[in-house]
Amino acid sequence: MTTETHHTPPISLFLKVWGLLFVLSFFSYLVEYIGIEGFWRWTLVLFFMVLKAWVILRVFMHVKWERLSLQLLLGLPTLVIFVLVAISAIEGNYIHNLRLEFFFR
Amino acid sequence: MQSTWDGVVADWSADKETFAMPWGKLMMWIFLLGDTFIFGIFLIGYMAVRMSAVEPWPDTEAIFTMTMFGHEFPLLLIAIMTFILITSSGTMAMAVNYGYRGDKRKAVMFMGLTALLGATFLGMQVFEWYQLIVHYDIRPWGNPHGASQFGAVFFMVTGFHGLHVLGGVILLIVMAIRVHRGLYDKKGYAVVEITGLYWHFVDLVWVFIFAFFYLL
Repeated sequence: MTTETHHTPPISLFLKVWGLLFVLSFFSYLVEYIGIEGFWRWTLVLFFMVLKAWVILRVFMHVKWERLSLQLLLGLPTLVIFVLVAISAIEGNYIHNLRLEFFFR
Repeated sequence: MQSTWDGVVADWSADKETFAMPWGKLMMWIFLLGDTFIFGIFLIGYMAVRMSAVEPWPDTEAIFTMTMFGHEFPLLLIAIMTFILITSSGTMAMAVNYGYRGDKRKAVMFMGLTALLGATFLGMQVFEWYQLIVHYDIRPWGNPHGASQFGAVFFMVTGFHGLHVLGGVILLIVMAIRVHRGLYDKKGYAVVEITGLYWHFVDLVWVFIFAFFYLL
């Protein structure tokens, strides 16, 4: 288990991923340029964002070739962030309503 | 029972170090995990502030529009900055790859190129801030385009990211010089990968900033 296998992936893979990142960035810019609004804007922008982050993490940062132990070390604590997202969203909404209630009535 | 978890159990329970990698790489990962939380908290704070704002949020499309050749392009400068940072991530990946292949000259060359692209990004960000402050009159405490919280959050998060880019450029230059001088000839070029991890992380954070601050 101690043998550190070092994968040196072919350069062509990095060039492909590089190209993919360009295309994804171009698509998210296109969403802006065309002027898609509302639900589809959020869906598309977030979709391209997550895909880009995923590719950078997996290929450029070599997480794909790391052992599951390191992947868990990085992934599990990061997931907890979503708890804070949920709590802060509830709180933000609450403060918004309070402000409307007390300053704009 | 043979399963994917066997490796994890063996790594943590065996009488040896848990993570089989150079200590510097593990420390960089742990630092980046901490940094993830700092940026995570900043972005969540941004969300909470934006949700609770009563005035309308400034329209970034209008603020960041640039006119070129008589045609208006929304977010043109930001788009170029994004492409530059992605390109620098690509060159960094090449540097790491050549480092592991033992091609010192090319690794140093690509590290230098990455630092140059990072510096270009910083220069453009300085120009962006200059435009926001001088032409659009945006301050951390208020602006004429909508909710006053916009300036505070925007300057803090993009500024903190810019500081990371600056740190990355300095780190890249220092490491490129050290690799060039042959300080890692015997130890191996894992240090290029460690520097690369940091640089890719800076790019990763920009992916989120690009989406949340400019596009949404």
